[in-house]
Amino acid sequence: MEMDWSVIIDFLPQLLEGARTTIYITVVGLLGGVVLGTLAGLMRAYGGRVLNAIAFAYIELIRGTPIVVQVMFLYFALPVLADLRIDPMSAAFLAIIVNAGAYIAEIVRGAFLSIGKGLTEAGLAIGLPHWKVLVYIIGPLAFRRLIPPLGNQFIVSLKDTSLFIVIGVGELTRTGQEIMASNFRAVEIWTAVAIIYLVMTGTLSLILRTIEKRMRIL
Amino acid sequence: MTIIEFKNTSKSFGPLKVLDGVDLSIDVGEVVVLVGPSGSGKSTLLRCINGLEMITGGDLIIDGLSVTGSARQLREIRQEAGMVFQQFNLFPQLTALDNVAFGPAKVRGLNRAQARETALDLLEKVGLRDKAGHYPAELSGGQQQRVAIARALAVKPKVMLFDEPTSALDPELKQEVLNVMRALAEEGMTMVVVTHEMGFAKQVGTRLIFMEHGHIAVDGNPREVIDTPPNDRMKDFLQHV
Repeated sequence: MEMDWSVIIDFLPQLLEGARTTIYITVVGLLGGVVLGTLAGLMRAYGGRVLNAIAFAYIELIRGTPIVVQVMFLYFALPVLADLRIDPMSAAFLAIIVNAGAYIAEIVRGAFLSIGKGLTEAGLAIGLPHWKVLVYIIGPLAFRRLIPPLGNQFIVSLKDTSLFIVIGVGELTRTGQEIMASNFRAVEIWTAVAIIYLVMTGTLSLILRTIEKRMRIL
Repeated sequence: MTIIEFKNTSKSFGPLKVLDGVDLSIDVGEVVVLVGPSGSGKSTLLRCINGLEMITGGDLIIDGLSVTGSARQLREIRQEAGMVFQQFNLFPQLTALDNVAFGPAKVRGLNRAQARETALDLLEKVGLRDKAGHYPAELSGGQQQRVAIARALAVKPKVMLFDEPTSALDPELKQEVLNVMRALAEEGMTMVVVTHEMGFAKQVGTRLIFMEHGHIAVDGNPREVIDTPPNDRMKDFLQHV
């Protein structure tokens, strides 16, 4: 079999355009996921019975179903159920937000609860309200412990965007698929796609490792 | 003038009754030493004073405020009653100076410069001004505990609560902490101290309370009750500390 690596050069602009969409979905999705996950995680850790139950149900529902099913549901079932038509990009954003949020919630809960009770008591004992203890004392300590598992989730979510091929979002994997369908250069194109993913996840790892190095785990 | 008043106060953890109808009144300027076997309720008694444990029966009044009051009242009580913990519990991400300046800035609303100044004065007082820029992990246990005392004092409390402040320290480090506490008592600070340091109790304490099964079994002058324990259980206890 003969390889023709020059096709990669020819299609590189198209692949990079796909990668751009992948990055766009990942960044928006993770920003939302971190907000949602932090909220749900804190509800789990410190909420009353009702808040805790709501967050628990959300986390279990999302962790217990495959992300592909979640995307399919958002894109194909929701319009039928609620007469709510959403475009593929919005479904993709929403899927990453909701999915990453559930995993991040558990990461946040674990990090906050791993900080010794004594520090919370020390904060309360000088007369701070509980929320200020969380913001000024426990939060900054928990944040340091969040980084490694959060990085893991960021990478998983980035790769999960490839599943949006099923609803026709033009991200990197779908772009590769389309190019391949026109020229049948499977080895070259999929190699290029894999390498572009590696560059993206590698960059993410590097950023996280730099942050981690700057902050001592206490 | 009474500053702490337990009125038939009880505290239960589920079925376990840790404080059983305690009546106790502490006046301004007293240095009350709380002793007793483990599980006798002395730490719980102390922790009820600043509401780290919620009482389950009776009432407990601190400087005119009930610990069963609103969250805001409870925070006021906590600002009046500083606490020092066995495990120091310094904020590890902050320097000694920032640990001490934290309360004045975040609780008393002082600006940065004022909070810093207050903190430096207090570090001076506990003999650690030169360690202001050090993080807790860079300090010895005794130094950490002295910073913790400064941190509690920085909020300008009327009462200081000490929960076994020297129990986690090596013998040679205990003394530096006890010296700071002695100086504080000499300034007239009202103190409630859970400790096993009988020397401290005799020299600095104005009152000694021996607890047993959630009750106050002995309440008297430290020198008198330590030298001639009025109760067999206390005599037995003193032989083991």
